[in-house]
Amino acid sequence: MDTKFVNKPIMKKDAMALVMGKPVYLDDVAPKDCLIVKVLRSPHANAIVEEVKKDVALKVPNIECIYTWEDVPQNRFTMAGQTYPEPSPYDRLILDKHVRYVGDPVAIVAGSDEKSVDKALKMIKVKYKVLEPILDFRKSKDNDILVHPEESWKSLCPVGADNKRNLCASETCGNGDVEKVLSECDIVLERTYHTKANQQAMMETFRTYCYIDTYGRLNVLSSTQIVFHARRILSTALGIPKSKIRVTKPRIGGGFGAKQTLVAEIFPAFVTWKTGKPSKMIFTREESQIASTPRHEMEVTVRVGATKEGIIKAVDLYTLSNTGAYGEHGPTTVGLSGHKSIPLYGKVEAFKFAYDVVYSNVMSAGAYRGYGATQGIFALESAVNELSAKLGIDPVKIREMNMVREGDTMPAYYNETTNSCALDRCLEKAKNMINWNEKYPYKDMGNGKVRSVGVAMAMQGSGISNVDVGSATIKVDDDGLYTLLIGSADMGTGCDTILAQIAAESLECDIDNITVLAADTDSSPYDSGSYASSTTYVTGKAVCNACEKLIDIMKEEGAKALGLSVDEVDFDGKRVFGKDKEISTAELAVKSQCGTKTALEVTVSHSSPISPPPFMVGMVEIELDKETGHIDIIDYVAVVDCGTPINTNLARVQVEGGLGQGIGMALFEDVQYSEKGRMYNNSFMQYKLPARNDVGTLRVEFENSYEQTGPYGAKSIGEIVINTPSPALAHAVYNATGVYIHELPITPEKIVMGMIKNEN
Amino acid sequence: MNIQVKINGKNVKSEIDADLLLIDYLRDNGCLSVKRGCETSNCGLCTVLMNGKPVLSCSVLAARADGSEIYTLEGLQKEAEEFGTFVANQGAEQCGFCNPGFIMNVIAMLRENENPTDDEIKEYLAGNLCRCSGYEGQFRAIKNFLAQRGAK
Ligand code: FES
Ligand code: FES
Repeated sequence: MDTKFVNKPIMKKDAMALVMGKPVYLDDVAPKDCLIVKVLRSPHANAIVEEVKKDVALKVPNIECIYTWEDVPQNRFTMAGQTYPEPSPYDRLILDKHVRYVGDPVAIVAGSDEKSVDKALKMIKVKYKVLEPILDFRKSKDNDILVHPEESWKSLCPVGADNKRNLCASETCGNGDVEKVLSECDIVLERTYHTKANQQAMMETFRTYCYIDTYGRLNVLSSTQIVFHARRILSTALGIPKSKIRVTKPRIGGGFGAKQTLVAEIFPAFVTWKTGKPSKMIFTREESQIASTPRHEMEVTVRVGATKEGIIKAVDLYTLSNTGAYGEHGPTTVGLSGHKSIPLYGKVEAFKFAYDVVYSNVMSAGAYRGYGATQGIFALESAVNELSAKLGIDPVKIREMNMVREGDTMPAYYNETTNSCALDRCLEKAKNMINWNEKYPYKDMGNGKVRSVGVAMAMQGSGISNVDVGSATIKVDDDGLYTLLIGSADMGTGCDTILAQIAAESLECDIDNITVLAADTDSSPYDSGSYASSTTYVTGKAVCNACEKLIDIMKEEGAKALGLSVDEVDFDGKRVFGKDKEISTAELAVKSQCGTKTALEVTVSHSSPISPPPFMVGMVEIELDKETGHIDIIDYVAVVDCGTPINTNLARVQVEGGLGQGIGMALFEDVQYSEKGRMYNNSFMQYKLPARNDVGTLRVEFENSYEQTGPYGAKSIGEIVINTPSPALAHAVYNATGVYIHELPITPEKIVMGMIKNEN
Repeated sequence: MNIQVKINGKNVKSEIDADLLLIDYLRDNGCLSVKRGCETSNCGLCTVLMNGKPVLSCSVLAARADGSEIYTLEGLQKEAEEFGTFVANQGAEQCGFCNPGFIMNVIAMLRENENPTDDEIKEYLAGNLCRCSGYEGQFRAIKNFLAQRGAK
């Protein structure tokens, strides 16, 4: 297709402001003279707050207020940014008498300067009744210790939650008789894999600024991906009408799902609502590490059955997911561990997928790029690699024999059919790029070092089918230019620009003619938010549809002005014309402001009954030092089918960024707790993010397909890209050493210990 | 205590607390490009030039800057635009939060070493974390910038 603005490397609309360091982020735009809000956090993993002595702290000069559990509303809510009714249980209070992890807030302190607030925090005296915590999530289900014993706990959706069993969700589903098919297989391999509670670690921590406006309404400016959900959650938590709240966002310094949950918002919102004074809360990095919304730790047990020729016929997958102290995104992330891994294998005749999501006394989890698919894919892709080793079949070959193809029905993916799937082409290209046939499995370099390769496939979704709503308002401005209003939040991903590209393509105008105004609950049309890989696919389609409708209106108005009927006129981006007459969009705009009853403006909402998966293949070549277990990534090759990318540059950087994060998850990023439940990895010192000399060379290519239901053929890209590094790297390590690491991260210690064990 | 610092070419006299960090001092003085990504000197977001040398302003006391000359991206807008355009042309600016510190350090690197090798680039900038880009786009931007500058 001949396009002007889509499938092009267009520069982001905000790019120059960002590279020149303009003050566009929350703490740059929040006024200096507002209350500083901080919270006192529990040092215990499980305790009852018996008494809070705050009188001395209140005497610290410049302290405005100190709140404890007695001061807050007693209606439970969830902080998960999800469509109502949320699958996540209502298990939170702004402050709770029962604290459930080290870091759970005990008191809110606000004062006019940071030093005074810090001082007051130190002077609050709390008496705790310390309870025994559950720190091992494997022991949580049906334990006598209950993380949420309270009667006011509630679950709004039938997700199998039961607080009296420490269950946040539980389900079993499947297709066919898995035991029967497994019993007929020549080989059945069973393995258990363990992934950790990785931090999104966006460079801008959680932060929110609040004030009361002229109309007495609570205005919340926050670094969030979900303005509309944030408004609803705040309304429930504070017990005030939604119409009293406005939520907007400035530029966001990264999100990756972290900001799909309320984290900082609730505290300054409460302070400002109570005091009437502006306030802000800026999370420290330490707080972001210990009291936020990381990936759900999961233990995934897989049974794969295959014929000796390597046809995979059955998959049985059980996931135990650790939601921590609260249930945000617990019931939903876990589903992806099976529903977005098993469908990669198209020859599976029967599958079973069961899960339990349990509470425990560690930081609660949330949404992180990949959202459960990452964990499931690490498990299943690793199992398939182990299976191919057992069968003595090349793991690429086994995938060629088994992978899902275009037109296949995917029973494990809600019976959707792949309208667009270039996974086969992705595999073929990746294989050639890395020169698999020559490099597999390994090459001894003769100096104690081994070079080896590893492979993994991945999928994700594009939005949540029948749930996510994207909307667009497009209107003609005075001079014939356009304003596009959307409710999705650009968190660096470039969706403001991507959606403007779609509008410019549809309206046949220059991209500079489109002004984008995004994510303000007062002015934006409704949008679920920027998550679940939905923005390009769902909101993008809404933009397409809105532009089509606007063109119809312009044609009608143009025809009227020209004295013609609508079918006698056409629109070419600059004018409405027909029968040698024409009227420009600018003239139409002028007419729309004088003596007319027609608005040159439309709003369209869109939702999709399906969620077409993007697909990809990742292959890695490493050099491993057998002496130390040290890994150097030599080359990482990724080939992606995201349909037809709208912005080729941004799609590429999404892939590279996701690979970087995935490499961190695979090799470095660990979350460990002391016996008492205190997290060790509470800073970037202890939680190592990959630096530029850790990621090797990332080579990204696209194998485009065309998704009919998406805007200009697009599917999603944002999340899938984090899914291949863990299984591909584990595989490469195995090929180099014979050691299969089942628990992330893959550290040199684990490798060397494994090698020693193999020797004995 | 009183200090005098030349910030982006302008002399600024201030009374400060002894424990004030340079990053907060600079942000208080309108240099909002300076960002904080950690508290442990690990991220490089707070990089500024102090007497021509890149420093992590989160780990320098403002008092230590007394009598010194500081440059932040606000004072290097032309360089930021020149090089930043190359970053933007890759779409590698992404969320942008790490960009000022990264670009400050690129400027510092190129002042010290006009034609760094690939390894020297990765080495010099190793302390500048970016969670969005996977670093490849930033690297392409540097390479393209060097190539274009070399061609001139
Ligand atoms: S803020 Fe992270 S190094 Fe200074
Ligand atoms: S662009 Fe977001 S951290 Fe670098």
